[in-house]
Amino acid sequence: MDDLLRDFLTESGESLTIVDGEMVKLEADPNNKEVLQKIFRLVHTIKGTCGFVGLPRLEKVAHASENVLGKFRDGVLLVTPDAVTLILESMDCIKTIMSGIEQTEAEPQGDDSGLITRLEEMAASGGGDAGGTVAEHQEFLRAQAAEAAESAAASQAESGVKAEPVEAAPAPVKEVASDKNPAPAGAKAPEASLANQSIRVNVDVIEQLIVMVSELVLTRNQLLEMVRHSNDSEFKVPLQCLSNVTAELQGSVMKTRMQPIGNAWSKLPRIVRDLANELGKKIELQMCGADTELDRQVLELIKDPLTHMIRNSADHGLETPAERKATGKSDTGVINLRALHEGGHIIVEIADDGIGLAIDKIRAKALANGIVTESELARMSDAQINRFIFHAGLSTAQKVTNVSGRGVGMDVVRSNIELIGGSIDLKSKEGHGTTFTIKIPLTMAIVSALIVGVHSMRFAIPQICVMELVRAAEGTDTKIERINTTSVLRLRDRLLPLVRLSEVLSLPPIERTEAPEAYIVVAQAGGQTFGIVVDTVFDTGEIVVKPVCSILKEIPLFSGNTILGDGSVIMILDPNGVASAVSGEVATRAAAANAAGLVVADREQKQAMLLFRAGSPEPKAVLLGAVTRLEVSDATKFERSDGRCVLQYRGALMPIITSLSGALREEGGQPVLVFSEGEQTVGVAVDEILDIVDANLRFELTASGSGVIGTAVVRDKATEVIDISHHVGDVFQTWFTKRVAQAQRRHILLVDDSPFFRTMVAPLLMSAGYDVTEAATAELALKFREEGKSFNLILSDIDMPGMGGRKFASAIIQDSQWGSTPVIGMAADTDSDELGTFDVLARKFDREGLLEAVRGIISSQERAA
Amino acid sequence: MSRTSNNSNEFVTVAIGPQLFGIPIGLVNDIFRPERLTSVPLSHPDIAGVLNLRGRIVTMIDCRRRLGIVRGPEERDFMAVGVEKDGDHYGLLFDRAGEVLRFQPEAHEPTPVNLDPHWRTVSKGVFRLETGLLVLLDVGVLLDFSRKAAA
Repeated sequence: MDDLLRDFLTESGESLTIVDGEMVKLEADPNNKEVLQKIFRLVHTIKGTCGFVGLPRLEKVAHASENVLGKFRDGVLLVTPDAVTLILESMDCIKTIMSGIEQTEAEPQGDDSGLITRLEEMAASGGGDAGGTVAEHQEFLRAQAAEAAESAAASQAESGVKAEPVEAAPAPVKEVASDKNPAPAGAKAPEASLANQSIRVNVDVIEQLIVMVSELVLTRNQLLEMVRHSNDSEFKVPLQCLSNVTAELQGSVMKTRMQPIGNAWSKLPRIVRDLANELGKKIELQMCGADTELDRQVLELIKDPLTHMIRNSADHGLETPAERKATGKSDTGVINLRALHEGGHIIVEIADDGIGLAIDKIRAKALANGIVTESELARMSDAQINRFIFHAGLSTAQKVTNVSGRGVGMDVVRSNIELIGGSIDLKSKEGHGTTFTIKIPLTMAIVSALIVGVHSMRFAIPQICVMELVRAAEGTDTKIERINTTSVLRLRDRLLPLVRLSEVLSLPPIERTEAPEAYIVVAQAGGQTFGIVVDTVFDTGEIVVKPVCSILKEIPLFSGNTILGDGSVIMILDPNGVASAVSGEVATRAAAANAAGLVVADREQKQAMLLFRAGSPEPKAVLLGAVTRLEVSDATKFERSDGRCVLQYRGALMPIITSLSGALREEGGQPVLVFSEGEQTVGVAVDEILDIVDANLRFELTASGSGVIGTAVVRDKATEVIDISHHVGDVFQTWFTKRVAQAQRRHILLVDDSPFFRTMVAPLLMSAGYDVTEAATAELALKFREEGKSFNLILSDIDMPGMGGRKFASAIIQDSQWGSTPVIGMAADTDSDELGTFDVLARKFDREGLLEAVRGIISSQERAA
Repeated sequence: MSRTSNNSNEFVTVAIGPQLFGIPIGLVNDIFRPERLTSVPLSHPDIAGVLNLRGRIVTMIDCRRRLGIVRGPEERDFMAVGVEKDGDHYGLLFDRAGEVLRFQPEAHEPTPVNLDPHWRTVSKGVFRLETGLLVLLDVGVLLDFSRKAAA
């Protein structure tokens, strides 16, 4: 894009935003000459520049608005709400045209004559010689349009502009003319000195600077740490100097990214004004602390949540003037927006003096949605109940209006704010209004964090979600109590669910007696409050957040990593990740705790598993059903043959897989898990066989091929369930899956056009012990029939290109060969009563439900057999 | 697919036990002795941890595990080769790192078909040396954790 055009768009965009705000101001205070003058100047500049760059359509609209503004200025026309609306409308029109220009680099086609006529009528209505002015204007416009059509040179267009005010408003000829003569440049003249002091810098350059300063800070910290430990003072003075300079440099560079929060607010007065008109309410928006600065990245990200919340306050928070009068309030509702610095964070408050939250409705809705039980509700404070509005699907607005309630709720606002490491809370008093408090970090690059230790590892927890630190020790008031195996903390009058960091991170247990004391980091994240139990708390500090590499990104518990002053790297915990990693656990445990030991029904099927240790200290598990025998053989009996390890076993050579345990023992008994299928036998060497337990198995599809089929919670610890087929190699792969399914070896035909879905579901079915044959279309599936294959069950997608699932199912039913084979239809949604020819309908993406349906049919077949 | 061109037939040789491997020198940022390795809980078993290499955070890959080589008897004395992939820094842990060798294209052999399937995917070919055979590693495949294990 042309530089000139780009500068025009940037500058005019800024000007228009200011005009919006100033117009609202002017409406409230019509006699403010200063504001009017400012608006006039801005619009005039836009118009002038339009002519200069050659944008006739834009120029015409700007020109017509300027005329009306000119009448305001001359006192000929009164500043009425209607007039203001019209001006704002024309500003919107200009914005639309500008966005068109931005996309295509040319003025979009369109007809603004309606708007222009109304502007002209407005301008004319104020003038004494109304008729004449209008006529003159139209004459002029026509002339100008003709000029534009002849693709007039920019300078000509400009001269047209210059001439115009002379005709339109004959009185202040001299003043206007002299004011306008150097039009585009002249309007900027008073600001020229200011403009020269600032330059536009590409954001990338600033980002690069920040990265480098962060590196510098880290290096400085390392140097400081080194010098602190040595008595050699030679470096101390220059290092101190370096340290100061670095700190200043960091401050200055950070400042380049800082922008006043007012930039995110600039559109709000206009939005509130329009809302007030639309809703028939009187609303006053008070803003304070607009010059509070924060990182532009953060600024961009809070714009939308802020706008949403202001809309909410105006729409749901404030009452109509009549309602307000009835409750003895002034008829104008006030929304107060406030920003301030507080200890490295920005606090933004959005307060309204409206009706407040209807706590009974929230209570009822939370109950209805099954978020809480009645007994839990009874124990909750009002503040806790109010926080339910941050849950999904809990809008308390009675009616969905044009303004809000369009499916974007406070839960989205909350998650957006948490995304940038912020938090949100609210206070509400019924009848007196609601105050939302958003706490956001100044910048996302550097956060203050608490360094905690568990076992011998250190982790950083972002300070923003830490509410308090509690030291729990035996014999004191604060101690960790247990309900069954669940840890809770009695904190003041509440029971706080606890999670042990070592367990969440699946750290191997270390041999020791129960620690006499522990620290509990009380954290708030993901809409819940919980305690994270750690061994020690080191200190707090500013850390530079560095993203983790892509292969570590899939671990939801970490939001990044950082280099500490001593040069070591530690991981930064993501409190939301911790919350979601434990939420199931915490939620059910908290519920259990609240209901005083109520047992949560266990719907998952228990599986017998063999626990063993191999390669690492933490226990691993295999499905017991897959294991044929457990053997302990003398270590000397193992032989190497052809690069593979083998064992003489029942008169044959049995290959021994050592990929799990690493090396075999040198002497003594070597435990071996024996797996077999038909004639084939294979042994897997392990370090130690531990136990046989019953535990719930949770399949992980993402883990397919990684050697793990899922995790099981064994004695409250997540234990990896090993996919033996992965370790015994491809030769044995096919027979192994059959082996698992020995008791229920059934063959399933999976028909779905989506390869993604097939790769997702096939391993799931296989790990559940079924043989799976896949077909991409119904036609292919029918080929299997021609080949004489038979299946115990057919799983078919309903929506498929070619022969759809329904047609496929009816084709099967009428068939002598496959007629008795049950067909499960899979749909994205089973709300509709589309059962038709299917035996069962299952939700496509509900893994548990799908498995349940398959199991149900298979077991009924078994009973029938 | 891509034939090794003239300026890229220099390789850093590394070894696990007696087995030699080669990594194209163009991919290697540094060779360093890993210090202060921080293990990352819940990470892939082949990830040895993260460490700070001159202000950069480097994710360390245990190539012995990655290549499925049974733990050797001797105490491991790591050397690491620093490489970059998609803007992330990785360190590949080997037992030893040796000199830089220049190979004649004539000495390049395709990967033997009877090689372990997993090795076959990470090998870009074999070079005949006087002292033994050197497997040329495909660093991209080695670092591709989304890839399913060779089946």
